[in-house]
Amino acid sequence: MQCSVCKEKPATVFLTHIENDKMHKVNLCEDCAKTKGVDNPTTFSLADADLLLGLGASQEITQTPGGADLKCPRCGFSQADFKKTGRLGCPECYQVFAGGLEGLLKTMHKGTRHTGKAPEALRQLRDTTERLKSLQKKLAKAIESEDFEQAAQLRDELKQLNESPPPSAKSAP
Amino acid sequence: MDIHEFLITPAEAARLSGPHDRIVMSSRVRLARNLKGAAFPGWAKKPERIKVLETVRPAVESLTEMKGAFSEVMDNLGPLDKQILVERHLISREHAAKSSGSGLVLNREETFCVLINEEDHLRMQALRPGLQLRQAWSAIDRLDSALEKKLEYAFSNELGYLTACPTNLGTGIRVSAMLHLPGLVLAEQINPIIQSVNKLGLAVRGLYGEGTEALGNVFQVSNQMTLGESETTIVERLDKVLLQIIEHEENARQTLLEKKTKSVYNHIGRAYGILANAHSISSKETMNLLSLMRLGVELGLFPEVDRALVDELFILTQPAHLQKQFSDKLSAEERDLLRSDMVRDRLKNVSRPSVKPPKPGN
Repeated sequence: MQCSVCKEKPATVFLTHIENDKMHKVNLCEDCAKTKGVDNPTTFSLADADLLLGLGASQEITQTPGGADLKCPRCGFSQADFKKTGRLGCPECYQVFAGGLEGLLKTMHKGTRHTGKAPEALRQLRDTTERLKSLQKKLAKAIESEDFEQAAQLRDELKQLNESPPPSAKSAP
Repeated sequence: MDIHEFLITPAEAARLSGPHDRIVMSSRVRLARNLKGAAFPGWAKKPERIKVLETVRPAVESLTEMKGAFSEVMDNLGPLDKQILVERHLISREHAAKSSGSGLVLNREETFCVLINEEDHLRMQALRPGLQLRQAWSAIDRLDSALEKKLEYAFSNELGYLTACPTNLGTGIRVSAMLHLPGLVLAEQINPIIQSVNKLGLAVRGLYGEGTEALGNVFQVSNQMTLGESETTIVERLDKVLLQIIEHEENARQTLLEKKTKSVYNHIGRAYGILANAHSISSKETMNLLSLMRLGVELGLFPEVDRALVDELFILTQPAHLQKQFSDKLSAEERDLLRSDMVRDRLKNVSRPSVKPPKPGN
């Protein structure tokens, strides 16, 4: 059996870790075990098995409703190709394989939702969308509480926002 | 243009300085970006890769930061040129393996280096000497903002910047620093440090990045997670961890000097002895011994030596840099001979380490 880290030397250290009824197995050669600090199992926390391998053990898209035959209509990339390369085919693949990717992203990253920089044009669009949503919520509330004066005002605001040119022009948040 | 003429000389490169450069050799922030509607380089057919290159390259060249830049397609760079770029840490080994359909744009000051069609359509990096992660981030952030006006990136509100590998998804950021940690290695404290750094979700790699060994006691520390946290959060966390590693390294050096004086003098003295007298030496051995000499300079054992002398040798003795100095194609054995000649010559005026007499009881 090969070492799952260097994929060169034979594995001599076998770690098995059961978490939530799921078994994780990591096989290491002596050198990798030493460099990864697992030569002394009493100090090593097995919960880090995924971290240890970077992505390693669990890098597989879980089966999605489309099954293994699911293909990206844009670039022809399939789930089997991902298994082989660990990379996706094109940006659209993220939508096609979204269902299967979520679990993988969870093990890899801090979260599954992007927080951080966005391209300026999209940032404005995102701001506008969020503003629209919040206005619609307020409007529904105003109507519910029969505050028609407020509702009329909100409706005008919404109308204005919907008619304003798309995000290329700078709009105040 | 010849890349070798474009690059700053090893002597100049060795003299670049920045905060904490006793330990932090350089800082880097890279962003991964892709174009909307185009297959990632690893999956795209050659004509599509060339089309992306022809869209991206002029856009990058037109940036004000890239005025007078070196811009080339990878097929026009020879294997030796590519290896030199790897040894200077300007391109990845993966990118060096690329040819048709990939490219490189490097600015005059060598503070920005953009790889086109590596694993992603764009891998742009900001480089700084010493510990300057925040500066590197704000520089690459500006470059990216200028570039997004010219190119349409693949981006989703939910997942952020879409990348070929899901490990880079979201911010597409990799923040990293190259650290020289001979003290922690000699004190045998490096493994627990690597483990605790790993536990914080950070990766520790060798001199040339992914899958390489820590030659010359040089380690790269970088973030691994890119989704679910903002760029500044990632930069700040890495900065904090690096400051702690610096402190541990300084402590290790101090403790070694006080408690294991003889052992440290022995390591450094032997390193000097071999480097100054060998008649054949491999690149690997040279780096490991130069690392100890660098430590000796920092600890004041070579009072008349400037660290730049060691750092320059660190660059010059690597295989491609050595080969470049000779017109004939050299075998590994010939390189080992010529390498030792060069090192002996450079060290001929360096006197052997001056050690203070050990305190009684040591």
